[in-house]
Amino acid sequence: MAIVTPKRIYDGSRIPQPIPTVLVVDPDKHSLDDILTVNFGPNHPSTHGVLRLVVDLDGETVAGIHAVIGYLHTGFEKNMEAKTWWKSVTYAPRIDYVSFQANELLYVLAVEKLLEMPVPRRATWARMALTELNRIHSHLIWLGTSALELGAISLLWYTFDDRDSLLDLFEMAGGTRMHTRYFQVGGLAEDLPPEFTSETRKFCSAMLKSVDEYEAILDRNAIWLERTKDVGLLSADDALALAQSGPVLRASGVNWDLRKAMPYLAYDEVEFDVPVYSNGDVYDRYKVHMDEMRESVRIVRQCLDRLDAMENEPWITDDRKVVLPPRHELHTSMETLIHHFKLVTEGFTVPEGEAYVVIESPRGEAGCYLVSDGGTRPWRVRFRAPSFAALQATATVVQECLIADLIAIAGSLDPVMGDADR
Amino acid sequence: MSTYASVPGIVETTEVHGQTIVAVDPARLVEACLHLRDEHGFNFLSDIAATDYLGWGEVGVAGYVGTAGGRDLNAPGSQGYARTPEPKPNRFCVSYQLLRVSEDPARLRVQVWIDDDEPLESVIPVWPAADWFEREAWDMMGIRFTEHPNLVRILMPEDWEGHPLRKDYPLGGEPVRFSDAE
Repeated sequence: MAIVTPKRIYDGSRIPQPIPTVLVVDPDKHSLDDILTVNFGPNHPSTHGVLRLVVDLDGETVAGIHAVIGYLHTGFEKNMEAKTWWKSVTYAPRIDYVSFQANELLYVLAVEKLLEMPVPRRATWARMALTELNRIHSHLIWLGTSALELGAISLLWYTFDDRDSLLDLFEMAGGTRMHTRYFQVGGLAEDLPPEFTSETRKFCSAMLKSVDEYEAILDRNAIWLERTKDVGLLSADDALALAQSGPVLRASGVNWDLRKAMPYLAYDEVEFDVPVYSNGDVYDRYKVHMDEMRESVRIVRQCLDRLDAMENEPWITDDRKVVLPPRHELHTSMETLIHHFKLVTEGFTVPEGEAYVVIESPRGEAGCYLVSDGGTRPWRVRFRAPSFAALQATATVVQECLIADLIAIAGSLDPVMGDADR
Repeated sequence: MSTYASVPGIVETTEVHGQTIVAVDPARLVEACLHLRDEHGFNFLSDIAATDYLGWGEVGVAGYVGTAGGRDLNAPGSQGYARTPEPKPNRFCVSYQLLRVSEDPARLRVQVWIDDDEPLESVIPVWPAADWFEREAWDMMGIRFTEHPNLVRILMPEDWEGHPLRKDYPLGGEPVRFSDAE
């Protein structure tokens, strides 16, 4: 199948020149005397966090715009350089706090790449199940908040209700509702509890019904349709040039999903479809999110079947130089005690080298670049944040739109500011 | 290996953990990027990652890496053998993570090695997405990009001094004001 669907969204490129992320007021189209510059954010409730947009308005029309970020910069990358490899695992999910499980997976996969460490298959399938559940979690938050911003308040309560049952599943597996630190270098921190698969199956059935209901609410809502269709256009070429990924890219007609194109974990062993829409507007981005939730349920169900078939298999590798030894051995084995002590005080070492690992997070291409000098702490950690890249497109997608649509469009790029600012 | 031999200014091609790294001459970076985009189809700039190698190999030594998975316990750098890491060609390394979005997907890392205060040419004309990535590399690492139309800080406040991700940036160096000092 062709990667790019040839559909004309608009002619040529709309990326502003010379600065691709700053739209300057065009004096031919607008009288400069009429321009009112408005600071939109950083503390505006509908900017998905602390995003600041400096908007030049001509009446209600957006004539110029640029995004200002950095209000949530917390120095994760610097902090991780000062922590041991295994302590840094806790930082990764807090970067993108909505798709925490995906970021945790990303960092753990990158460390395992440097270690060239094989992971037991039960851990791989459990990771897949949890990251797909996390994708649903992320999309639910996106859907609820985006609909809320356009006045469909009721949807927020429905989606957060479903999100709550999702968080129950994460709590069952990892002990905490968010930022579980459940993925460990080498596998999982603990085995999945026996009731996990049956409870998740119940959730899956409920979730499919919920998605249908959400679509029924929104697809017959005239206001929702009016405000999302043909708004915030982005062509396939512009999306690629601006390094857009995930649902934004797929809504512009590009059939690109890393789970299919460059599979990791065991995505080449599951059946699922990649939803692609070709109008490149807010409505199509919404459709991609809805379809992806259904596909995620499909993947989760296949993972659960596999997990049921591999009960009692190891869930973490038996590499005592990297992985904490089993608790019960600590009381009887001197060697185990020494390993435990060394791992907890000094941490494990990672061979010298560098690696760049990328996964398809709910927001798209999320990458982690690690450099090790052979010691117990990372030399350099760098996260390629999909939200950071997504916000580069603001100046391209909002051209000549109305200020009210700005909220719908900025929301449709699905930025999480913790991810953008790190 | 010979796939990228025709890239302008190529210094060497290495393969680490199944990932291809192409080191190019900093002076011919944009030329090399244009070639990779047009001839090899790398239409997507995934990331620009700058790394500071100040003090590389001075602190800490390579530890033990032998495991049950079959790694050699007695090779240099393994358990029991202290080893300092391989020296690097220069202080800063800027890695351009490229991706080919097509039916034949591929990733490639283009690296340039530069010294402190040595400028690089901006790749915005090749991939517009480089705009914020380069601003972040400037903000965090102090890499200067010539021809960049808007090279200002992006994550730190505009009046911030220093570049926080450099290895010589003081940790916990933010001054705290106490009332008795006024």
